[in-house]
Amino acid sequence: MLAFLARRILIAIPTVILISIFVFGLQHLLPGDPILVMAGEERDPEVIAALREKYRFNDPIPVQYLAWAGNALQGDLGISLRTQQPVLELIGEKLPVTIQLAVMALIIAILIGIPAGVLSAYKKGTWIDWVANIVALSGLSVPNFWLGIMLILLVSVKLGWLPASGYMPLTEDPLQSIRTMLMPAFVLGTAIAATLMRHTRSAMLSVLKSDYVRTARAKGLKERVVLIKHALRNALVPVVTVITLLFGELLAGAVLTEQIFTIPGFGKLVVDAVFNRDYAVVQGIVLCTGIAFIFMNILADAAYRILNPRMSDR
Amino acid sequence: MTAVVDPQAVADPLPPRRRNRAWEKFRRSPSALLGGVLVLFFLIVAILAPVLPVPGPAETDWSMVRKPPSWAHPFGTDEIGRDMLSRMIWGAQASLLAGVVSVMIAVLLGVPLGMLAGYLRGWTDAVISRFTEALLAAPFLILAIALAAFLGPSLTNAMIAIGLSAMPIFVRLARAQTLAVMTEDYVESARAVGIGHLGMIGRYILPNIIPPIIVQGTLTIATAIIAEASLSFLGLGQQPPAPSWGAMLNIAKNFLEQAPWMALYPGVAIFLVVLGFNLLGDGLRDALDPRDS
Repeated sequence: MLAFLARRILIAIPTVILISIFVFGLQHLLPGDPILVMAGEERDPEVIAALREKYRFNDPIPVQYLAWAGNALQGDLGISLRTQQPVLELIGEKLPVTIQLAVMALIIAILIGIPAGVLSAYKKGTWIDWVANIVALSGLSVPNFWLGIMLILLVSVKLGWLPASGYMPLTEDPLQSIRTMLMPAFVLGTAIAATLMRHTRSAMLSVLKSDYVRTARAKGLKERVVLIKHALRNALVPVVTVITLLFGELLAGAVLTEQIFTIPGFGKLVVDAVFNRDYAVVQGIVLCTGIAFIFMNILADAAYRILNPRMSDR
Repeated sequence: MTAVVDPQAVADPLPPRRRNRAWEKFRRSPSALLGGVLVLFFLIVAILAPVLPVPGPAETDWSMVRKPPSWAHPFGTDEIGRDMLSRMIWGAQASLLAGVVSVMIAVLLGVPLGMLAGYLRGWTDAVISRFTEALLAAPFLILAIALAAFLGPSLTNAMIAIGLSAMPIFVRLARAQTLAVMTEDYVESARAVGIGHLGMIGRYILPNIIPPIIVQGTLTIATAIIAEASLSFLGLGQQPPAPSWGAMLNIAKNFLEQAPWMALYPGVAIFLVVLGFNLLGDGLRDALDPRDS
């Protein structure tokens, strides 16, 4: 396993370097002199001179890149123009909020998606399967920011059951924190639930056709035992991998969900950074999500090998 | 020995019989037909926008601010008295244009790169594959937001950003299909009779990878329409006063209590058009899947 992880990390290095080149290249898409843009509206000559010096803007581009990458390797992703905080510190501050949202969304998605997928595969061709498929496809087609707006209208404005916006840290008031996060997590969770349902259904369908399920049934085991102990346990192997890979979707979904419910997380940080022309923050976020996604990919591969021991000797 | 086989005779990816069968399968699927009808409906609405008998999308009437649906304004009016139906119709144009153009950008850049990687293999493949992995590593929407932010907010830049973000899917697909086609006997035969690189790609590889590209393209249009609506919702796509469903929702969220219809119709429209492309894509995939034929 260790050798496998070491090999996967080695393979990931060129990809990380390419991501960093791409993120570095983003600033050259800016019209005009990037330093003038990075210096903000005040264009303080001292700031401009310091930025030019720091990013070696008078040097050739490869040297500029090496200086930028060297800083990034030491955890220096620049300073936010708006808050004057180091970018990495800013990301670290906002991340727990988004992680709470993502975890709650994932729990909701698993609670809806996996049972629906199992039921749909077990009742293949019946009206239950048909309804589950229609609901899943609708879940994939509905823009989650619109679903959020509609839920605010119904649950907050009309019924007054849950707050429409705001955030309470989990450490301060856990119950209120979960209450404020419930609606955003549901919005984010539904799209993921649809993806999970489709994957679970397809994995269950192929497992239900397998010899060991037929043997289990022939042994006279109860249908529930066959379904949960024999079929679902095996069908979950690819589904767990998919869950790990849904990380990107969760992050992207969080951008819009946090915007609608005014949650001060990672997603809101991206949007605010974009509108405040806080380019170092945007670059930092793309770099961090890219690296995190690669890490999740490695984790997915490792999970697959742990859950499927036949893979481990390859 | 293989040189005696006429490559042209076996190269057609969808010979007439299979093409008919694919169409038969597609026609017999109610969900695929529903998808086709939905897409066609929105296409016709978008094309006919300039001649439909509705007020201009930017025409304001200050005496009709935030009026609920009525005979004169079937979808109501918005916060500055513009006709919602007219803005919905013109919004369809922006949405479909964004969906189709960004997928065209993704296909035109991604497919040649993927084919090149699969055909030449070796270093070219390694470089293109690593490049694709790097692009795939950033979540689709975050990449599109970052690109739109650096390029500046506009519908054109949103389309470029979405197209570039969607490109890696097509590189991977075209590469995998090319690798699969390269192992076929008729490609070996074509090679044996001395057909050049361009001939091989144009006559044997490209026609064989088109069906999966069409399926993926249709499904990606659905994703691209949601992405454009998302970018416009965030203020990074279509700029006011030009109508866009996403931008309409962005404004509507401020008037949820006073004018809920402003939020209802654009969302339903996005849902229906995206559902249409998803159903159509699923239907095409089932119809063109050779394993089922």
